[in-house]
Amino acid sequence: MTLRTALHEQHVALGGRMVDFAGWQMPLHYSSQIGEHHQVRRAAGMFDVSHMMIVDLEGARCREFLRYLLANDVGERPRPGRATYSCMLNEQGGVIDDLIVYDMGEDGFRMVVNAATRDKDLAWIDLHADFFGVSVRARVDLAMIAVQGPAAREAVLRAVADRVPSLPDLRPFHALAGDGLFVARTGYTGEDGFELILPGEQAAPLWRLLLRAGVKPCGLGARDTLRLEAGLNLYGSDMDETTTPLECGLAWTVAWDPPQREFLGRGALEAQRDIGPPRKLVGLVLEQRGVLRGGQRVICSGVAEEGRVTSGSFSPTLERAIALARLPAAADGACQVEIRGRLLPAVVVEPPFVRKGKSCL
Amino acid sequence: MSNIPDELQYTKSHEWVRHNEDGTVSVGITDHAQDLLGDMVYVELPEPGRQLGAGDECVVVESVKAASDVYSPLSGEVVDVNDAVVDSPELVNQDPYGEGWLFRLQPREDGAGEELLGAGEYQELLESGD
Repeated sequence: MTLRTALHEQHVALGGRMVDFAGWQMPLHYSSQIGEHHQVRRAAGMFDVSHMMIVDLEGARCREFLRYLLANDVGERPRPGRATYSCMLNEQGGVIDDLIVYDMGEDGFRMVVNAATRDKDLAWIDLHADFFGVSVRARVDLAMIAVQGPAAREAVLRAVADRVPSLPDLRPFHALAGDGLFVARTGYTGEDGFELILPGEQAAPLWRLLLRAGVKPCGLGARDTLRLEAGLNLYGSDMDETTTPLECGLAWTVAWDPPQREFLGRGALEAQRDIGPPRKLVGLVLEQRGVLRGGQRVICSGVAEEGRVTSGSFSPTLERAIALARLPAAADGACQVEIRGRLLPAVVVEPPFVRKGKSCL
Repeated sequence: MSNIPDELQYTKSHEWVRHNEDGTVSVGITDHAQDLLGDMVYVELPEPGRQLGAGDECVVVESVKAASDVYSPLSGEVVDVNDAVVDSPELVNQDPYGEGWLFRLQPREDGAGEELLGAGEYQELLESGD
């Protein structure tokens, strides 16, 4: 069975090339995938991300629960509207999923997790929520539209200003709710942008309003090249339960302080931190023509152990192949990537590759 | 609807063949194939002079989505390649039967070819939902 989002008819009407993604029928692209990528870097594009799972958490001990569940810290005190990006770890420090959690003040917390991991995420969250008396509600009734790009703010303001009067004051990495519409200034593209969450039946009218405001529909294909340029990990490719945040470039999301905060996976993570993680996630830029793809072998000079490309593609902004790769910790500087039996030179860089439309190389 | 010129021949693996007046054949990928692959970002062509058998892998085209092999429709010698698509892979999307051609082959006289399809047969193949 494949699931359809509330915007399915819109995608079909716009000529979306529909593919199966984590059990959902989603648009891969509508016209040129590279054109959609540039649209987001230069103006504004929108993505149907309703396949992602929204989970609302409520209960007097909700904050305490999240401070135990997540490697990043939502904080001791309420910070209404504040978004926190975090990994959810197993006891071994492996990444069960990465997610964003919004502090909704007295209303609890709203969490957005990946579509492909929804069942195991829910099982894990439920398992631990019980002890804290926290209610966990998967909001399958809600749709989610991401509007991203330098012109996103103006378009979103035009489309929903009447419903959310304080929207002009919304700061990056914050959210606010009003009139059945939840607006977060977050995204997955390395551009300014918003994620709009609303009841499924209201999604199509908002989608059409945004179209009229000049926002172009973009598919999952462009979403992937945009997040890769922005150096943002994709769960299942760049990290999974066999990697810790320290091995996937996400050490910055682990809140070690305060030291007395016991979160799931902390012990294993501390042990790894103290001896030094054996592998690291880096950016690669291919020096000549070719395309980097997940799974390719990486040979690092002076290091016996091989690395591997975890996700790669052609960067439309840089017009060359880029990738995220997991390499032995000792790897430094130059390496070679095996593409169809040939070893091609690549440079190791620190992601992101592109930020706010500009090359970081 | 995908464009299938009448004057060309086709393979089941979505290459097209044009018989030139000098006895050589030009080869490319069909409009259907480029549409399926999406935005082309890399093309690797064979060396001129290389001897190909019918069905040999001889070109790699990579779109932003995927890499795909292109097979030689006939046996023969590569006499010319289209360097323009190496610099501008998008030509394969924009003009698959024209500026997006890939290579020219001097077919071997005794060489057995793959079974080539006419435009009508190729159309039927697409309609039968490859």
